[in-house]
Amino acid sequence: MNLNGIWAIYRFEMARFGRTFWTSLLVPVITTSLYFVVFGSAIGSQMREVSGVPYGAFIVPGMMLLAIFSESILNGSFGIYMPKFTGTIYELLSAPLSPFETVLGYVGAAATKSLVIALIILATAHLFVDLTIVHPFAMIGYLVLICVTFCLFGFVIGIFAKGFEQLQVIPLLIVTPLTFLGGAFYSVMILPEPWRTVTLFNPVVYLINGFRWTFFGTSDVAVAVSLSATFALFAACLIAVTVIFRTGWRLKH
Amino acid sequence: MSENTILRLEGVTKTYAGGVTALSPVDLSIRKGEIFALLGPNGAGKTTLISIICGIVTPSAGTITVAGHDAQRDYKAARRAIGLVPQELSTDSFESVLATVTFSRRLFGHGPNPAYIEQILRDLSLWDKRKSRILELSGGMKRRVLIAKALAHEPQILFLDEPTAGVDVALRRDMWKLVHRLRDNGATIILTTHYIEEAEEMADRVGVINRGKLLLVEEKDALMKKLGRRQLALTLAEPLAALPAGLEQWHLELEADGRILRYTFDAQAEHTGIPSLLRALSDRGISFSDLETKRSSLEDIFVDLVRETA
Repeated sequence: MNLNGIWAIYRFEMARFGRTFWTSLLVPVITTSLYFVVFGSAIGSQMREVSGVPYGAFIVPGMMLLAIFSESILNGSFGIYMPKFTGTIYELLSAPLSPFETVLGYVGAAATKSLVIALIILATAHLFVDLTIVHPFAMIGYLVLICVTFCLFGFVIGIFAKGFEQLQVIPLLIVTPLTFLGGAFYSVMILPEPWRTVTLFNPVVYLINGFRWTFFGTSDVAVAVSLSATFALFAACLIAVTVIFRTGWRLKH
Repeated sequence: MSENTILRLEGVTKTYAGGVTALSPVDLSIRKGEIFALLGPNGAGKTTLISIICGIVTPSAGTITVAGHDAQRDYKAARRAIGLVPQELSTDSFESVLATVTFSRRLFGHGPNPAYIEQILRDLSLWDKRKSRILELSGGMKRRVLIAKALAHEPQILFLDEPTAGVDVALRRDMWKLVHRLRDNGATIILTTHYIEEAEEMADRVGVINRGKLLLVEEKDALMKKLGRRQLALTLAEPLAALPAGLEQWHLELEADGRILRYTFDAQAEHTGIPSLLRALSDRGISFSDLETKRSSLEDIFVDLVRETA
């Protein structure tokens, strides 16, 4: 195991994040505050409890995931896309690193950043609403799983992308809409049919509800189903990364 | 693999998915401690060949053994023995010189060794710039940073892909000195170049590659002797309008409005034909004011070789 190599990549990526530390810190704080001003105070004051949870608290898990999805994909994809773009990938490809070690370095760093941002959002949210987390350990475990999964997903996108535009397409045009429509700010149970059934085909519904369950102990869908869906997504990303490295697709000629 | 061989290629080929053959089967042995120049025009397959050895391009067939390790099965050990300086100045612009070189060392599996890194940076005249961000450096300095990165993990073999492409004359001389110094420190150096001057100046052995085929591998001196032709240029006292009859056997050329008579001969031949030529000229009353012999450069040899295989 090339631990020095993994550490080198991890440190390099964390240093890259460090250069934009204040932006990285301020953006989630400001965004979270804005969501609370708009959804929590302006609209939330008009709303009753959702699934037995005050609306302000109810939106916290969805809000965290909304940020985590895009941050993870962006960080995961940027980390591997940049060396491809600048040409420094030569060093990575010629280094004595296994694919697993490479992914561990990049995805580990990206997931760390996502995790930090998620915790900043949680802390900011705490300033606005009372939050009691029913299953704190499950919450952390689920959060880590989702961060890693989406960073892996981002890593795949980063290898796939042939330009900066393609890095943005999937998070902006697919994941963010699916998150908004996946019940980040509402319970899918309040939707009329057939939309409720249609929504159940959106995988993000299961991620959000599983995460929300760790907070409040309630969920629109069965927790086991949520967990299975999350693991399935994780496995799919893992398989994609494995295939990419085995074939050298878009990495090697 | 003989004790003295540090790198061996057997039947290494590369055919791209589109069907383009970038490399015909290559067999090559590199000796420990030598400077080997891979010489060929642009697009000859030089970069493809070293990219395969370094693990950047996957070969279609063949085996590569680096310092006793199979480059496929035992790729980690093989890669640890290799340092690569790429042709393109690909760098992490926002990193400092020291950070990027330290990164390279760790990436190749070594623990930190600040003293060694300092020595490399001093050797490459980069120590004063260690805190500078790479984007602030000149092209020549960036090239040195890439060399420092390649040396950071103490490789046994150093690949330099077109080390002096786009580098000014003074820096090129510096680079040559540096390569010799690295070899003196025990490294084996393989460089690609399309500057014949560079191969001639630096290499112990030269491999000529064109259109994906390794045409020949020779000791540089032997190559020069074997293929080297000499020329005798006679500056005539009186210009000649045409070659006088009876001199056909020397295949002379008349140049500079009949003022220079040029004779090309094989330096290795038993009879160069010079004494008889001079006698023949004297018999015909042709006198000359100056005489010069010149050995053909590697460039001439190379052009001949490439033309033959074109």
